[in-house]
Amino acid sequence: MTVGTPTVFPFTSVVLATGEPVRFAPGDRVRVSDRRPVGHYRVPLYLRGKAGVVECVYEPAQLNNEEEGYGRNAGGKRHYYRIGVPMADIWPGYAGAPRDTLRIEVFESWLERIDG
Amino acid sequence: MSGAGHTPHPHGAHDHAGDHAAVEDVARPGYYEIMEIAVRELLVERGHIQGAEIHRQIDLLDSRTPALGAAIVARAWMDPAFKARLLADGRGVAEELGVSFYDDTGLIVLENTAEVHNLVVCTLCSCYPRPVLGLPPEWYKLKPYRARAVSEPRALLAEFGTVLPDDVEIRVSDSTSMARYLVLPRRPEGTEDFTETQLAALVTRDAMIGVVPVELPEGRPA
Repeated sequence: MTVGTPTVFPFTSVVLATGEPVRFAPGDRVRVSDRRPVGHYRVPLYLRGKAGVVECVYEPAQLNNEEEGYGRNAGGKRHYYRIGVPMADIWPGYAGAPRDTLRIEVFESWLERIDG
Repeated sequence: MSGAGHTPHPHGAHDHAGDHAAVEDVARPGYYEIMEIAVRELLVERGHIQGAEIHRQIDLLDSRTPALGAAIVARAWMDPAFKARLLADGRGVAEELGVSFYDDTGLIVLENTAEVHNLVVCTLCSCYPRPVLGLPPEWYKLKPYRARAVSEPRALLAEFGTVLPDDVEIRVSDSTSMARYLVLPRRPEGTEDFTETQLAALVTRDAMIGVVPVELPEGRPA
C-alpha cells in the first residue's frame, strides 16, 4: 500500500471463524426449533416451535452450552439473541393482555429464520 | 406493603426467616447435604481447595445484598446520563461502581415505564442477578413462581398486590443462560425532594425482581 492511500474500513479480506458473524439482526422473525433431543439444553420446552422477533444480539459470542455441559468444546462459539414472543402465541387461552410478551435469550443453533 | 416479610406469595412458597421454627440441629441431613459435605471434605483433604477459600466465597456471597441494587436504582433515578449508560451496559456500569461479576454473567437493566412492566424469572433453575442482589428469595426458586411467571404473570402479580391495567405490557424475562436481569422500577411520585440515600431506602429486592412497585412508606401507589 502506498503511503498516503486512505485505508478502507472495515477490511473486506478478513475471513471470520464459523459462528463468529452475527446471523440474525434486531427485527428478524425467527422460530425456536422444535427439537426434543436428550441432554443439556437451555431452551425451555414451552418455547419450542414458537415464533418470535429478535430484540437484540448479546455480544460477545459464547461457548455452545450444549457441548460445554458435557465438557467438550472445540472453540464452538455462537451468539445468543434476545427474542420476544407474544404470550398469547405461547399459551392457548392466555388470560393476560394481548400486548404481554415473553423475552428470552436463545442460542443461535436453536433459531430458524422465518422468511418474509 | 412491599417489605419482604409482608408480601403475599404464590402458593407453595416458603415465607422468610421470621416465620421459621427455631433452628435445631436434630434433623438428619438430607441426601444433597451429605453429598455436599462429602465432596467438600474430599476436595479439602486432597488439597484441591482450602477451607479459607470456602470462607472467602461465603464472604463474597454475603457481601452481595439488595442494598447494592437499590443504590444503583437510586443513582439512575437521580442522574439521567447515568441511567442511559446503565440501560446500555448494565454490567459495565455496575463494575465501575465496584461490583465484580465473579460468576461471569452479564447484567441487563430493564426499565419499567408507564407502558412496560418487567418481571424476571428463571424457569430452568434460579438464575438471578446475584452480584447486585445477593441470594434469591426462596419463592423465586420454587416451581409455582417459575411456572406461573411465564404462563399467568398477571394472576401471579396480583397475588403480590400488583394489578396493572391491560394497556401496560407485561414483559417477562426468562433468564436461562448468560444474561441476568435487574428491574429498574418507576420512581414513586412525591419523591422529588428525596436525596439519593432516601430513594435507595425505598427500593426493595422484590421491586427489582419486578413483582411489586416501589412505594412510599405511607403505602401510596408508585
